[in-house]
Amino acid sequence: MAEPTTRHSPLAGAADRLARVTDAAGGAIAMAEVPFLTQLDLRLDPKGPAAAALGVTLPTHACTSARSGDVDVLWLGPDEWLVVGPPGAAERLAGQLRPAAGSEHVSVVDVSAQRTTLLLSGPRVRDLLALGCAIDLHPRSFGPGDCVQTELAHAPVVLFRRDPGFLIFVRASFAAHLADWLVDASVEYTGIPT
Amino acid sequence: MMLIPCPWCGPRNESEFHYGGAAGVAYPADPGALSDEEWARYLFFRDNPKGPFEERWSHSAGCRRWFTLVRDTVTNEIVAS
Repeated sequence: MAEPTTRHSPLAGAADRLARVTDAAGGAIAMAEVPFLTQLDLRLDPKGPAAAALGVTLPTHACTSARSGDVDVLWLGPDEWLVVGPPGAAERLAGQLRPAAGSEHVSVVDVSAQRTTLLLSGPRVRDLLALGCAIDLHPRSFGPGDCVQTELAHAPVVLFRRDPGFLIFVRASFAAHLADWLVDASVEYTGIPT
Repeated sequence: MMLIPCPWCGPRNESEFHYGGAAGVAYPADPGALSDEEWARYLFFRDNPKGPFEERWSHSAGCRRWFTLVRDTVTNEIVAS
């Protein structure tokens, strides 16, 4: 008989350590996994009919995003976006996009299982990220809604500036490494020896 | 570390990129008509200039788009992009 399947997020095992860092940092930094967000990789012509299917103008300026209701659309490339929604919204969002495409060449792929998400916030979060990321995250150059694909602690990530902090999309296979790195990099704020 | 100007994302660290070799190497119109030597020449033989060199790069850790720039092989200065 088949076993019932249970979902485990890639960082389920790191939740305790992330919570300890948050407690010990005394408000300077907070970090937690935001598991199972819906992520669709969307490739289409931003001038085509399917582009309006989500009820939001697709951002065409590099490294920006747009928001409509509970859905964020992140610019990944000149014809590529990451549609981020709450858990379990993949069918709803794909159902909006695919029929609108008609005969247009459009690719909508559910990549929710590819990455998990970390939410980092607190007044020292930029100092922490700067230890492993070359992007200038100062509010002057990286404001709310901005997103960037880059490397954090040598792991490929999508950084998304979203209140109250930063959402970090990281591949499932890199997630444990990134969580270890974040815990280690936070030592100066937590005093927890690793 | 070189700072490479991605035409989409702007200047980024060299570690985000993959090098794609010389630019402007045209695929042979009729590959089947080439001799082994000509095919090998197409596959493996490239100029190796001292100075400006037109080359392909891919922003593999960013927007994953290919683009062409001209780099000075002596100074690593990006001459044109």
